[in-house]
Amino acid sequence: MKRYLPWIALIAAASIPLWLHDPYILNAFITTGIFIIAAMSLNLLLGYTGQLNLGQVAFFGIGAYTSALVSLGFDVELIGGIRVVHEPWPVWTGLLIGIVVSAFCGYIVGKLSFRVRGAYFVIVTISFAEVVRLVALNWVELTQGPLALTSIPPVTLGLPGLGYYDFFSKQSYFYLVLGVLAISYIIISRLVNSRTGRAMVALKENESLAVSVGIDVTSYLVLAAVVSAGIAGAAGGLYAHYLKIIDPDVFLFLYTVTMVIMVVTGGKGTLAGPVVGGLIFGFIPVFSRSFVGPELQWIIYGVFMIVIVFVLPEGIVPAIEKWFASKDKSRMPESTQAQVQDAS
Amino acid sequence: MLEVRDLVCRYGKVEALKGISLSVKQGQFVALIGANGAGKSTTLRAISGVLSSAAGQLSFEGQDITRCSAREIIGRGIAHCPEGRRVFPDMTVDENLDMGAYLRPDRAGIEQDRERVFGMFPRLAERRQQVAGTLSGGEQQMLAISRSIMSRPKLMMFDEPSLGLAPNIVEQVFDIIDNIRKSGTTVLMVEQNAYSALEMCDYAYLIEAGVIVLSGTGEELIDNKHIRDAYLGGSGH
Repeated sequence: MKRYLPWIALIAAASIPLWLHDPYILNAFITTGIFIIAAMSLNLLLGYTGQLNLGQVAFFGIGAYTSALVSLGFDVELIGGIRVVHEPWPVWTGLLIGIVVSAFCGYIVGKLSFRVRGAYFVIVTISFAEVVRLVALNWVELTQGPLALTSIPPVTLGLPGLGYYDFFSKQSYFYLVLGVLAISYIIISRLVNSRTGRAMVALKENESLAVSVGIDVTSYLVLAAVVSAGIAGAAGGLYAHYLKIIDPDVFLFLYTVTMVIMVVTGGKGTLAGPVVGGLIFGFIPVFSRSFVGPELQWIIYGVFMIVIVFVLPEGIVPAIEKWFASKDKSRMPESTQAQVQDAS
Repeated sequence: MLEVRDLVCRYGKVEALKGISLSVKQGQFVALIGANGAGKSTTLRAISGVLSSAAGQLSFEGQDITRCSAREIIGRGIAHCPEGRRVFPDMTVDENLDMGAYLRPDRAGIEQDRERVFGMFPRLAERRQQVAGTLSGGEQQMLAISRSIMSRPKLMMFDEPSLGLAPNIVEQVFDIIDNIRKSGTTVLMVEQNAYSALEMCDYAYLIEAGVIVLSGTGEELIDNKHIRDAYLGGSGH
């Protein structure tokens, strides 16, 4: 049953645009979906290697800016009078290049910052995100600074023999986001269930022991950082081409915090955790808006968060799994139950 | 088999090892004894490549391993059974054993060794699917030893295998280590429990404040006056 759950969820999600025609709620699904992808990328680092990257939004923003700039084109003068002119390229190349550039930044940050762990790592990643935000704000020639990059083209896909299909309508964009989400989910689940994933879990559980069985800690952490940054970059690209405008505010610390909330409440270190947490915290503002004023919306958001963290400190998904496991146990014959108790 | 020459290790500015030399011969059981903080664990950590040394040479089977990574050293056949938190607590017994064989590519050989350790420790075989954190202290130590066996080492290094275990379990653990040695694996063991270690070993080194101050066969050291006074609780034994 558990094996089919992701597919059932995928089919259920795919049916949403068929019966839901309210554009406002569909819009909420799309932006929530984008943030779920970002939260999944954060979960790979936080949940499976135990490294808290509070600068994850940097990779999200880098993906957004790169994809937008590749598809808009730019003309900048670098130090020494070298002019770089880039003609607009098709949007899908922008998305791909955005992923590659983000992943590359993940590699650099990982290589440099995994020498330090714990609080130092957190500080390095926050600083990185802040530096990237300042670059986006001040390199006006490239990014338009606070004036924002506008008229970012929608995603179009050239189908051989069939002409172009553009993801302009909300329905089609929903499917695009869902597709990227599903691919990211598969990549992460393949990775964490492989030999590499076991090594990551081992080093999270007991780093010195992991080293002593021959796991090269830094290279696995860097690998996780690269995959995580690439997926965050994909989410950023989707975000840019959906909103069609981005400004340096995409690098705000608030967005990282949103991702952390989604991961921690849903259950870090589980595949479904960020999806569950993302749906809850993506939709609380949407639903609360219909019956309370804006000043109460965020209070409700905060209350939900505190209640979940207090009642289910490990997160929603692990709590559900534990509940099912304990139900299984109570169905066991008495002799095995005694053994289980003896064992613990 | 293993030669350590003038090994110096530092934690920041503190010099934990001030030039240690020792050697372990093929098939031998060598013990390293000394008080808390003398540098016993540091020595093992330096040999296994977890800690990099500031000066000195390490060689294994005639080849220089001073600059090798932990990964390469395990590949060459040195297993390290560290002290303290000995297992991966959220992994099952089986998964812990898999981690021990992490660098080995031969699936068939791994399964053979798994059966072998389950033969040695039937308790673990019963608990294959149990999460290691829920095992008793003695079972965890047996799992840690089994995990080291899974890397098919030529030299096994034990760091305080008796630490935190009940006396009757300690005896069992020492018996297991003795059996491992009898099966042909060379053993280097660090122990605070000096008397048991000296009784079991072929050769022993006494380390004090980062320096080797005495060495000799187990019997020689048991009879040594300094050791009797400082480590064996006077002449009572």
